[in-house]
Amino acid sequence: MTTGSSSNTGPTHKLVEAGVTLAIALFGVIVILGSLKAGINWGPEGPRAGFFPFYIGLFILASSAINLWHGLREDNDGLFAEWGQLRQVLSVVIPTAIYVGSMPFIGLYVASIVFIAWFMRWLGKYNWIIVLAVAFGMPIVTYFIFERWFMVPLPKGPIEEWLGL
Amino acid sequence: MEELVNLFHGFAVALQPYNIMLMVLGIVLGVIIGVLPGLGGANGVAILLPLTFSMSPTSAIIMLSCIYWGALFGGAITSILFNIPGEPWSVATTFDGYPMAQQGKAGEALTAAFTSSFVGALFAVIMITLVAPLVASFALQFGPAEKFAVYFLAFCSFVGLSKEPPFKTIAAMMIGFALAAVGLDSITGQLRLTFGVTHLLNGFDFLIAVIGLFGIGEILLTMEEGLAFRGGKAKIDLRVVLQTWKELPKYWMTSLRSCFIGCWMGITPAGATPASFMSYGIAKRVAKNGKNFGKGEIEGVVAPETAAHAAGTAALLPMLSLGVPGSPTAAVLLGGLLIWGLQPGPMLFVEQKEFVWGLIASMYLGNLVGLIVVLTCVPIFAAILRVPFSIIAPLILVLCAIGAYSVHSSTFDVMLMLVFGAIGYLLKKCNYPLAPLVLAIVLGDKAEEAFRQSLLGSQGSFGIFLSNPLVSTIMILGLIALFWSVIQEGYTRLRGTVAGPGSRAA
Amino acid sequence: MKRSAYLAFGTIAALCASGIVAPATAAWEPVRPVEFIIPAGTGGGADQMARTIQGIVTKHNLMKQPLVVINKSGGAGGEGFLDVKGSAGNPHKIIITLSNLFTTPLATGIPFNWKDLTPVAMLALDEFVLWVNADKPYKTVKDYVDAVKAAPAGTIKMGGTGSKQEDQIITVAVEKATGARFTYIPYKGGGEVAVQLVGNHVDSTVNNPIEAVAQWRGGKLRPLCVFDAQRMAYDEPIADGKAWKDIPTCKSEGLDMEYLMLRGIFMSPRATKDQVEYYIELFKKVRATPEWQEFMKSGAFNTTFLTGADYAKWLEVEEKRHQALMKDAGFLASGN
Repeated sequence: MTTGSSSNTGPTHKLVEAGVTLAIALFGVIVILGSLKAGINWGPEGPRAGFFPFYIGLFILASSAINLWHGLREDNDGLFAEWGQLRQVLSVVIPTAIYVGSMPFIGLYVASIVFIAWFMRWLGKYNWIIVLAVAFGMPIVTYFIFERWFMVPLPKGPIEEWLGL
Repeated sequence: MEELVNLFHGFAVALQPYNIMLMVLGIVLGVIIGVLPGLGGANGVAILLPLTFSMSPTSAIIMLSCIYWGALFGGAITSILFNIPGEPWSVATTFDGYPMAQQGKAGEALTAAFTSSFVGALFAVIMITLVAPLVASFALQFGPAEKFAVYFLAFCSFVGLSKEPPFKTIAAMMIGFALAAVGLDSITGQLRLTFGVTHLLNGFDFLIAVIGLFGIGEILLTMEEGLAFRGGKAKIDLRVVLQTWKELPKYWMTSLRSCFIGCWMGITPAGATPASFMSYGIAKRVAKNGKNFGKGEIEGVVAPETAAHAAGTAALLPMLSLGVPGSPTAAVLLGGLLIWGLQPGPMLFVEQKEFVWGLIASMYLGNLVGLIVVLTCVPIFAAILRVPFSIIAPLILVLCAIGAYSVHSSTFDVMLMLVFGAIGYLLKKCNYPLAPLVLAIVLGDKAEEAFRQSLLGSQGSFGIFLSNPLVSTIMILGLIALFWSVIQEGYTRLRGTVAGPGSRAA
Repeated sequence: MKRSAYLAFGTIAALCASGIVAPATAAWEPVRPVEFIIPAGTGGGADQMARTIQGIVTKHNLMKQPLVVINKSGGAGGEGFLDVKGSAGNPHKIIITLSNLFTTPLATGIPFNWKDLTPVAMLALDEFVLWVNADKPYKTVKDYVDAVKAAPAGTIKMGGTGSKQEDQIITVAVEKATGARFTYIPYKGGGEVAVQLVGNHVDSTVNNPIEAVAQWRGGKLRPLCVFDAQRMAYDEPIADGKAWKDIPTCKSEGLDMEYLMLRGIFMSPRATKDQVEYYIELFKKVRATPEWQEFMKSGAFNTTFLTGADYAKWLEVEEKRHQALMKDAGFLASGN
């Protein structure tokens, strides 16, 4: 499957929009449940903690219902995006997710070096010298600005521990 | 008269070469803080505060307040270039600033933003110089009901603006309110909507939401459209500053209005964020080419930036005269004053004249120095957009991650940021407006708090929102703003009927 | 050999803990920057104190490694406590606490107790003063209490910081002592509360001295009494020739309530003795500086300093007391 062959097909806008609307409605339900737990009536201190969120949840639910109806009625057969475009988007989302997910374990610096290098090499096709220069340069500058200058500690992993940073 | 003498004495103090050097240093540091998401003005001031103990209080406050100015200037840079507002009050700057940058007009947008900031701040400083005591007593009139009225006005002047379907706007705004409600309910001291997840104790911080929704979301959209930033053809020449300046005087009315809104909001102390949104909203309604707002209208940069800076500056006044900080940054400055043994409050202006007037003088000079510094850097900032996307994008993503992390020193927030990024991408593609969502996150819990404080005080009676001329006026202004389009339509119809039969005089 | 060393060390530690003898140089020192967590927002009382300490440490070069202040205010400070609790065995993390050490877990039900942390030292105690607007006719506690009783129940507004925290606990105790009914209005910060009182949006407050002193000096507020067993120690005149010392205790004025707020330091769980020792020494040095004394004076703090077993005992007593006070007031979390 190459990028070219999959152009002009993709999920329809209608489908994705219905999905998003349902997700928002679900969020509304969660908000309502959480508010019920916090108490939605009018207590001795005025409205209880869940009073406002409860109605906000109801509003979310109601407006989602209307949006869903509008969305399904609409005569829009257009695509949300082509598969090729979505693959482009995912080619950022998935590595970023890995980057973010690995941060608590290997620290921000190592994760950033790998991430920047990956991005520049695979998506930008730069030669290794530029890739390595940027991939190492940026975290090192970050280290000095944040940790040394502004004294904001950033997450560190075993390698930093070993280096005694 | 005595004040003027004091002020000139203040200028003499601030103009010592050593102090001017500190000013430049402070501005540069401030701009860096403003540019790096996660390092807010409060961070910078707080972290540098201990380092300033070896200086005299006047020199130290000059440097710290310059960091404050620098951060205010710097906040606009990332908003315009990458759609990432580093501070809540820069959100409204993205609405037109980022489209301008995409059209290759980053230089113009930056110049307009910096110049407007300067104008707003200058206006506020002049106000502080002239009417400080008067203004302080005005600030005292703001109880919970008045504060709620101000938030109400901010919301009203902003809703109904988006071109998206109304029910999507409502849904987006309500999502924002719901997110703002998560965490500790400040009135009952009870946790809500946390579902036992300790990471949610904080609720959803504005910065994490906005870095995700605006910044990451934008990168994903760019990826979808191919690997290119569209701002590459930005002029990187200092002449762009002069060209933009020629155009700016046209918007004097917007500037003046925004100055007033900003000063008012800064004193109340509702702060710079409602000021910027309100000013943008009103400008959009009133301006001739209001319909083009959001597509890269320079007036849409002028309005929020002027108001935000007027407010940011005016907020220092209640801090000095009442000891109430108008923003987190001001709160840290306040802590600094206390450490130096200077007690903010009604007596500061009497007992510490040299300090107060030195500070006010440094506001004039610091802003001027700041403007010169940032304007000369406009070409450099604009040139950033020429860096190829596949280099700049990972760097922005890493900076966003750092920014999200440093809000609460929590890696959970970094993951949350990415989730917000994906949500931002989906919502934007599905035609949900993001601005009302962000506005609700920023102001939602404050508005709710003020509302419930008012009701506590009035024993549940809604009459409190119309109980005195001040609060009634603001509430009515809010209602007018809410129904503006209806009113406008009615007005034109009325004019039509009057003009129709009455062909009395042209 | 090992045993005797341990014994010797134990003796030294015990001596230090009782604060009698200045010890030999501590065996442990930080090797990385120390994070100083504040379980409250920027600009509040705890924040001011932590940043003052940071400034003093930097200025007098008391530590080889930097001291980095981090605010973790979420969930009434719960965020900060849980963070330190979760950093067991990390000696580079200390936390400054206020009364929310006790009130937050009780009111919100988050899984935390002060015993999860390692107590280091009590730096000071913060006083509470009953304030009214200077334009109001009440000159004494009795005038005030009479006025509150005369007003319809709930129409007198008491402003305070936070909900189900120290200010509201005191308010409830005052209600119990007088039989009056207040409407308590929570605000975000102490400075804001004081200004709301100046603007007459509330009728009285129980601000800490440092939060309201500027308004007192400006002639806008009037202190009625202090919620302590004895008067405050500072006799330098502040306003109208009156000093902190001239404010009577509430008890002597017929309002039987005492409340002092902890300003203390804790470390992460499982800290070793010499690590605790290091920080105790550090804070002793901080307390000896003129800047600290100036700070104590400006906020009219009670400068009690406790470490070791005394500190733990104090905490134990206060925890029980908070539990009782909050139970009485109906502030305990109902599950969640």
